[in-house]
Amino acid sequence: MSTSGRISIAVLGLGGQGGGVLADWIVQLGANNGYVTQGTSVPGVAQRTGATVYYVEMMPRSEAATPLLALMPVPGDVDIVVASELMEAGRAILRGFVSDRTVLIGSTHRVYAIDEKSAMGDGRASGERIIAAAKQRAGRYIGFDMEDAAERAGSVISSVMFGALCASGALPFGRDAFEAAIVSGGKAVEANLRGFAAGHAAALCDSATPLDAQQMPTASTEKGRALQARIQANLPQAAQYFAIEGARRLMDYQDPAYADLYLARLESLSGNADLITEAARYLALWMSYEDTIRVADLKVRETRFERVRAEVKAKDDQIVQLTEYMHPRLEEICETLPAGMGRTILASPRLSGWLGGMFTKGRHVETTSLRWFLMLSVLASGRCWRRSTLRYQTEQARIEAWLDIVRSADPDVALELVKCQRLIKGYGDTFERGLHNFNRIIERYRSGGLSASGIARLREAALADEKGDALQAALAG
Amino acid sequence: MAERSFKAEVERLKIGDGEAFEGEGILAVTKALLQSGVAYVGGYQGSPISHLMDVFADASELMAGLGVHFESSASEATAAAMLAASVNYPLRGAVAWKSVVGTNVASDALSNVASGGVTGGALIIVGEDYGEGSSIMQERTHAFAMKSQMWLIDPRPSLPLLVDMVEHGFALSEASNTPVMLELRVRACHMTGSFVARDNRRPPLTVAEAAQTPHRDTSRIVLPPANFAHEVEKIEKRWPAGIKYVQDHGLNEHFGTAQDDIGIIVQGGLFNSLNRALELIGLSDAYGNAVLPVYVLNVTYPLIPDEVQAFCAGKSAVLIVEEGQPEFIEHELNTLVRRADLNTRIAGKDMLPRSGEYTADVIKQGVAKFLRAHAPDRAPAEMPVQPPALPPTAVPQRPAGFCTGCPERPIFSAMKLVQKDIGELHVSADIGCHLFSILPPFHIGNTTMGYGLGTAGASAFKPEGKRAVAIMGDGGFWHNGLTSGIGNAVFNQDDNLTIIVDNGYSAATGGQDILSSKATTPQRKTNNPIEKAVRGVGITWAKTRTRTYDVAGMRDAIHDALTSPDKGPKVLVAQSECQLNRQRRIKPQIAKALKSGQRVVRERFGVDPDTCTGDHSCIRLSGCPSLTIRANPDPLRQDPVAHVENSCVGCGVCGEVSHAAVLCPSFYKAHVISNPNRADRIRQRLRGWVISALQRRSARKIAARAF
Repeated sequence: MSTSGRISIAVLGLGGQGGGVLADWIVQLGANNGYVTQGTSVPGVAQRTGATVYYVEMMPRSEAATPLLALMPVPGDVDIVVASELMEAGRAILRGFVSDRTVLIGSTHRVYAIDEKSAMGDGRASGERIIAAAKQRAGRYIGFDMEDAAERAGSVISSVMFGALCASGALPFGRDAFEAAIVSGGKAVEANLRGFAAGHAAALCDSATPLDAQQMPTASTEKGRALQARIQANLPQAAQYFAIEGARRLMDYQDPAYADLYLARLESLSGNADLITEAARYLALWMSYEDTIRVADLKVRETRFERVRAEVKAKDDQIVQLTEYMHPRLEEICETLPAGMGRTILASPRLSGWLGGMFTKGRHVETTSLRWFLMLSVLASGRCWRRSTLRYQTEQARIEAWLDIVRSADPDVALELVKCQRLIKGYGDTFERGLHNFNRIIERYRSGGLSASGIARLREAALADEKGDALQAALAG
Repeated sequence: MAERSFKAEVERLKIGDGEAFEGEGILAVTKALLQSGVAYVGGYQGSPISHLMDVFADASELMAGLGVHFESSASEATAAAMLAASVNYPLRGAVAWKSVVGTNVASDALSNVASGGVTGGALIIVGEDYGEGSSIMQERTHAFAMKSQMWLIDPRPSLPLLVDMVEHGFALSEASNTPVMLELRVRACHMTGSFVARDNRRPPLTVAEAAQTPHRDTSRIVLPPANFAHEVEKIEKRWPAGIKYVQDHGLNEHFGTAQDDIGIIVQGGLFNSLNRALELIGLSDAYGNAVLPVYVLNVTYPLIPDEVQAFCAGKSAVLIVEEGQPEFIEHELNTLVRRADLNTRIAGKDMLPRSGEYTADVIKQGVAKFLRAHAPDRAPAEMPVQPPALPPTAVPQRPAGFCTGCPERPIFSAMKLVQKDIGELHVSADIGCHLFSILPPFHIGNTTMGYGLGTAGASAFKPEGKRAVAIMGDGGFWHNGLTSGIGNAVFNQDDNLTIIVDNGYSAATGGQDILSSKATTPQRKTNNPIEKAVRGVGITWAKTRTRTYDVAGMRDAIHDALTSPDKGPKVLVAQSECQLNRQRRIKPQIAKALKSGQRVVRERFGVDPDTCTGDHSCIRLSGCPSLTIRANPDPLRQDPVAHVENSCVGCGVCGEVSHAAVLCPSFYKAHVISNPNRADRIRQRLRGWVISALQRRSARKIAARAF
């Protein structure tokens, strides 16, 4: 608080998060409790999902004179900052609104910005960095996942923030006064009071949430226990988590024999624990490549139906029907056929032209209908003849070629070559682009003179843009 | 129907003498207009005064009851021309728009009304969109006031003063036969506060009554020789009259001490920030009791020579705090000081930044610099700058973007797909939500030349081979694009494609209705199709697509238009309702249906995390706020997976994009049926029985081969 008794409050949020509602409550709260209160906001495009600031100032009412209140926060002169999202708390710190006299109340959940979301790999900004800065810079920091608290209370984040503001004790008003402001707002009063109570309670208790520890899958079958024993006997400690997860996945993907092949391949690599660990990860991912059989298998599972019901928040008396957006092209169909047949069709322009016509349009697959469910189930049972498919043969050849160059490389170079598998992901055009980039890097390596850091640089460049401009430049440079 | 309803607040506009009015700046302005006996009101919406237009619209019944005419003007030019009613008749009129852009559009009519002069008070309320939150070029309305000689009021942020200034504005206009501009800064529009109200007044003469008894004075019309006489009249009669009124009524204010060696002159709108700056360096308190003289210009044009002379006399230096550039006031102060033969040094842009918003922090530094130069004993000690706790790169930028389920997004997804096929296009963008196309993830658009000017902006391109594309919104189309863009393209035999985004509202400004809106309202005539209008001015290649969410269909239509052998301008009307407004419209209907037990189907999308590989191609083609990412639940994968939040409105773009772009099979659409009917339940029971049996069987198989 400034020496004049004035309290300044900045609310940072995203358009559409209800920051305006929160600011209105704060204005009501001050005005009803003997304070001259003024709120301001910036209308306009910021309200279309952009970052925006609401600002409130209040000062004890006196008969003698009317205070002059400011319309926007001044760096270093803000008593309370309420941020509705983690990066917005970061923005408040960046703009200097958070000082040692500031109580910073911020939700720790993330609403990812477009640049973070659209990155080809992992473009997320570091949340730890923001929390560390908040703890260091603010007089007091109250942070917890307010979005989650709102959801659990069946309310909205603005009321949770208002509850946390009350609990912080940063404003000289009692809980009754806060709740009265919600009631006088007159909209969704019950839900808002629930959210308020949730926010109030959460702000009072220690909000540090422990990170999930890596949980090792435990073997449930005879074969599983045998594989586990083999992993523990033959692979370095550090690699065991990924290797067990890899073996688990490949048993689910194909069968125990396939997991045996996976371990045999891993065991054939000599090198340090880092290399084996990363190889355990990427080899499992490559060997569980997503073919039509795998996609169909995952789509019809009981566990998936349950997960979707939870995700769309369906209540017990509601019926959920599912439609998939699938776009199998002739290539994918042929790859699921026995290798010879698939190759013949793809090699014949006449055949592939004629058949290709049947697979140019995307399909709306209604998985919850009997017809499509049965069709997908039949496709999923293709697991039995997967080893004879064209795709299987192609991928195994690619994997062997990759492992060959990994085996022949120095350990640090081998590690980077292993990590290049990250580029191969997705379906259709995305898959082809990734594979193409992977091949370009490998070719460049084969032509000689590429160091470990050089490979890492090319890999990053391949993830920089969709058109491959950065990779092109990096390869040329 | 506009984005925000002021129906409840408007009720409070009825309060009378002595009652306290509490509310936002825009409501205070509206109340002040009614208290001033305004006879007619018009304007065009746009931030920061969009909500003022919404308040007017919501108050139109109240206004009609008082005999006040209100209309939503077709453009700012229309609104400015409406002031013609005050030329011959003692009618008070007020118009409002976003400035500086709206003033640009209105300037032809403004020059005319300012030249001939007015009889009744003419008030132009401009929302000055400058500084943080602004979406337009950073220019000053001040220049327009000067060039056309209209007085400019820039009130100190205080609701009682704002209300007074509206009333004075009319009286000043009448006393000097000059239109008056009232400048509202961004935050002042939504600043809350209170003032003591007066009764609303019926206009002494209504527009209807004026029309009954026409009166003509051709000397008010801008045509030789009257135009030359107007110029003389402006200088010899209106200017002195304006200055006299401002001076007699003390519209400018003084704060702080009376005598000092230095002083500060400030634009009224910046006064609160200046006072905070002074308070922070110990030269004022929370009530404006500064320890040096401050002269507050609530009227920033014209300056009052006597007041300036009195203030500057005996001072060695005066700081002018004037936001924006060029520094017109500083220039004029220098002239006035010189003419008065004073030795006072005028400091301004040498102490404060030449560009950018004058926040309290910026002013604080400027005042400190001024004190160090002219009153070093009072200058604050220089504070060491605290190193930032975070580098700017630690916090991602958050540009505005298309809303969840926006129907404009698939148009640009489709354009991206077309570009994949035929290469990059030259795209002339327009003003409106669709301008977000220039931002990630679309990066589409080369230029924007102004509201409704998308097609005109492409008119220099006479393609030989690849056609240029122009974007235009329905708001811009009816504002001027029909003539400036489409008519021009027909007349000049263009061969480009114009995509008109027809979402049923003037969406970017807050969802106001326009000519082609689908809603029917008693006060307006809507449902005038855009395609009919363009055909009316000679377009022969025109298509309307009624579902923009059909990405493949949009892609093919755009492709078609760009490769069609037909010569001549092509118009593709891309039609789907603004989702923000749609949700507002249907949400209450759905809630009602659910409550009464009716069958309701909710659609939303989702992503299967186990088939999503974390490439985010879908996001690069969509950018929907509800399509986001989350940590990959797969322990082997590092890249986050795509994820659809529950805010999804089921528009379908995700699925259509993944189809059209041959992306991944991870998207699913869920139909969630509430209150299912008998047929639903029977079908579900049958399906459930078979599907569960099969799922149980395969679950056993999976368990058998499990780890």
